[in-house]
Amino acid sequence: MGTMEWSEWALSLAVFIPALGAVVTMLIPRAQEEAVKWVALITTLATLGVVVGILVDFDYDKSGQLQFQVNNDWINVINSRYHIGVDGISLPLLALSAFITVLCVIYSWNHWPEPHNPKAFIVLMLVLEVGMNGTFVAQDLILFFVFFEIVLLPMFFMIGVWGGPNREYASIKFFLFTLFGSAMMLLGFLALYFKGPNTFDIVALSDWAGQDLTHSTAVLIFGAMFLGFAIKVPMFPFHTWLPDAHTEAPTVGSVLLAAILLKLGTYGFVRIALPILPEAAEDWAPFIGALAVIGIIYGALGCLAQTDMKRLIAFSSVAHMGFVMLGIATMTSFGINAAIFGMVAHGLITGMLFFVAGSVQHNFHTREMSRLGGLLTQAPKMGWILGFCVMASLGLPGLAGFWGEFPAILSAFEPLSTLSEETFRTYMVIAAVGTVLAAGYLLWMLSKVAFGTPKAEFADAEIHDVNAFEWTAWLPILLLIVALGIFPNLLFGVTDDAVCVMTDKISEQVGADSTCDEGGDTVPVAEHE
Amino acid sequence: MNPVFDWHALAPDVILVATIVVVLVVEFAFPRQSRTQTSRIAAIGVLAALVPIVSLATHENEAREMFAGAYAVDNYALALKAFFLVVTYITILLSVDYIDEGDYYRGEFYFLLLTSVLGLMVMASARDLITIFIALETISIPTFILAAFRKHDRQSNEAGVKYYLIGVLSSAIMLYGMSIIFGLTGTTTLSGISDAVAVDATTRPLLAVAMFLTLVGFAFKVSAVPFHFWAPDTYEGAPTPVTAFLSVASKAGGFVALLSIIFFGFRSPNAADLWWGPVWILAVLSMTLGNLAALRQTNIVRMLAYSSIAQGGFMLVPFAAAGIAEANGEPFVADTSFEAVVIYLLIYGAMNLGAFAVVIAVARRTRSAEISSYGGLFETSPVLAVTMTMFLASLAGIPPVAGWFAKFVMFRSALEAGGPWGVSLAVIAAVNSVIAFFYYAGVIRVMWFKEPVTEDRSPIQVPGALTGAIAITATVTFVIGVYPQLFARVGELAF
Repeated sequence: MGTMEWSEWALSLAVFIPALGAVVTMLIPRAQEEAVKWVALITTLATLGVVVGILVDFDYDKSGQLQFQVNNDWINVINSRYHIGVDGISLPLLALSAFITVLCVIYSWNHWPEPHNPKAFIVLMLVLEVGMNGTFVAQDLILFFVFFEIVLLPMFFMIGVWGGPNREYASIKFFLFTLFGSAMMLLGFLALYFKGPNTFDIVALSDWAGQDLTHSTAVLIFGAMFLGFAIKVPMFPFHTWLPDAHTEAPTVGSVLLAAILLKLGTYGFVRIALPILPEAAEDWAPFIGALAVIGIIYGALGCLAQTDMKRLIAFSSVAHMGFVMLGIATMTSFGINAAIFGMVAHGLITGMLFFVAGSVQHNFHTREMSRLGGLLTQAPKMGWILGFCVMASLGLPGLAGFWGEFPAILSAFEPLSTLSEETFRTYMVIAAVGTVLAAGYLLWMLSKVAFGTPKAEFADAEIHDVNAFEWTAWLPILLLIVALGIFPNLLFGVTDDAVCVMTDKISEQVGADSTCDEGGDTVPVAEHE
Repeated sequence: MNPVFDWHALAPDVILVATIVVVLVVEFAFPRQSRTQTSRIAAIGVLAALVPIVSLATHENEAREMFAGAYAVDNYALALKAFFLVVTYITILLSVDYIDEGDYYRGEFYFLLLTSVLGLMVMASARDLITIFIALETISIPTFILAAFRKHDRQSNEAGVKYYLIGVLSSAIMLYGMSIIFGLTGTTTLSGISDAVAVDATTRPLLAVAMFLTLVGFAFKVSAVPFHFWAPDTYEGAPTPVTAFLSVASKAGGFVALLSIIFFGFRSPNAADLWWGPVWILAVLSMTLGNLAALRQTNIVRMLAYSSIAQGGFMLVPFAAAGIAEANGEPFVADTSFEAVVIYLLIYGAMNLGAFAVVIAVARRTRSAEISSYGGLFETSPVLAVTMTMFLASLAGIPPVAGWFAKFVMFRSALEAGGPWGVSLAVIAAVNSVIAFFYYAGVIRVMWFKEPVTEDRSPIQVPGALTGAIAITATVTFVIGVYPQLFARVGELAF
């Protein structure tokens, strides 16, 4: 009895505890900053607690099935239901979201960006968490859309109020780009409803899989959804909002944007676009793959042209999300497993890089790499952490980044059997070049910021090394980067079954060979471990 | 034969008439001090009129018709009457302090306001061209005077005169169209017209002219582009509570008239064929040009005026979609489109009134409607800033506040009608809703990102009535956004 109730409430709690926290925070007078901080910490910890409970109770042998499902009435007039659930694909992302938010609250403890006002900042952060967690558990297109949009306003305000000098431009650009994408996405959802089996249920639509659509209609509808997701990822050529948003956003905003918000787009491809319209996806795949590798190279070259540390990390996000999208474009279980690993790894590593960049700015009041230098002598611990993250980000084996990048490249060697092998092998080569460039720009940044001697202007400055709050916020991420690097099966084990169930359906739809081996172990590492 | 009066069905209108009389008598028969009571009397009267509506709605009766089918009290009429009364109640809350502090003619204000509302009440029930016309004039004439109520202010005078001239012109055009319809069909009742139009296809060219003229008349009333030019000047010049009333209730009156005429009179494929094209064009022009003009405004009332023109365009989208569906012989699809109009109208009412309530509250401090005067509102009055953000986000259609559901049903109707015209309409509407966000966000940015402009940084004091108006509209906007089902029933009931 008790467990049954728990399994019905768990996901709703994970989504709405932050909303409750936001309401409570609003009721606290603004002057009582300590109370605000504690409410935020307790709320996010409680949410994480619920998510950990879900992780413990999750049946990993059936990760291909939706668990903790709730399917209640919501808006009957439009046939939209409150249907939520997690499977092996969404579980890691939900966990990442709950985990990173707690660390953001801890990091913020004494790092409030100007113009201060922790109360408003916390409310926005908690509302953001509602949207993020909700998006990852929604199994109804309209519910998904609502959560997908809820994240917009809080991030808009985070950038616009607490951001850098060019914040107004960056915040509105972020908003308009995403809003345009999601408006088109909504039209796509509606078209699916009317052309399909008159339901918004993602599970039902995935079973239907676009069967009685004419091909041209399916391709158009996929295009509408592509716009929504690709802008969010962001893929080249829709990426231009990202460097601006990241550069201007406050540290915590950047971390949440990189770690979670970008994943809403890639998750949308995996959860919605591919399974519901596999045949259209097959048509789009070479094009998506092309944009992905252009993104990889363009992002890398963009990095080399930056003088601002944060902007460089932002461009590196464009490149990294290119690897993720390349994995998705192969439409194989191997590629999509790699993509999900890439999402989590990028979330941890780039989130961490933005944390460090934030602390560097906090200390030096600049992120201009020409003015920085010698971090290793002035703040050795921070310097080493930066070095560690750079290594993880460039895909050093043994750290998490490797398992996102390397299998994604490898998956392009053998895309779905109905896709052109030559095309994807070309992409593979280009993407491989991208990894070299990635090593180039990341090491270049490291040498500029951490190596050498401090510049004259900061020679006598008092630089604080990593403090207790930073350690508390960062250490869990660093440990997880190592853990996932050494035991990638921690994650592949969760995602593999779910991905296989999905890709097998896709393969069947488009008449391609299954990309899963018997028993579902498709990831080569899983066999070697 | 004596006409049959169903007093229960007429009760809301009768209570309103009684209230109007009492307000008028109190104004001239009682000493000046007691005249402050007129607002209270008006508010109580409006709430009292809601009671029989509730009892009628819960009564499991057939639709009640009177006067040879010219006046019907069905679910559609009841839903709209309830909406108009609630809007009026909120308008009174917005007006109380504005009128008390502004040295205006108090009793006349509420007398005129309620008379206009009487027109709205009749409009909801009107099923006959003549009744519709009378209702429309009853709505309009008091508002001509209300628009010019700040009589020492030149802008207010301009507002009244412009509104009056355009109102008379549009009535004349509409009446001309209606007279041709009568000539063609030999009847003024909408059901009779519907029968005649469905059978007879020989008079199509003349019918097209008649419908076009009627449509132009309504386009003026609902300020659809290119018949919109009076609206920004009138809205800016009129007292702000009156502007709120004009942009919500009076506009809704025009839409309801259009809805009744089309839904009860011109639904047959024969006629739908003729009107959906012009409506499609009106919708596209209103959305696009309304939005583009709104982008350039520096005065928030003018901005909201253009925004209401654009919102009117969004409301015309389901109309056009219904026409496309009817022309394709899919009346079920058209039904949901008509529902979408009603849902959009009701949600628009809540969020737009809310936005005006905040405008009135802020103007108490700043005495200005310039958008720049909203600088730092989040610093000085966070509650006002957050509620205003909610209303603007709702107008822009951002979940989880109500506007998204209105936009959603609008998109849905266009895509359900389908075909190249339906899909292109949906895409144009989607692009427009992105453009619209830009100017709503403009105000949000000023409130949140800018420094306060005034020396005085204490929170703005908001009087009780105004607080009530903001609280009601904010609650409705939020609750509908999170749980639209609660409210979608109203749209469903209406048909």
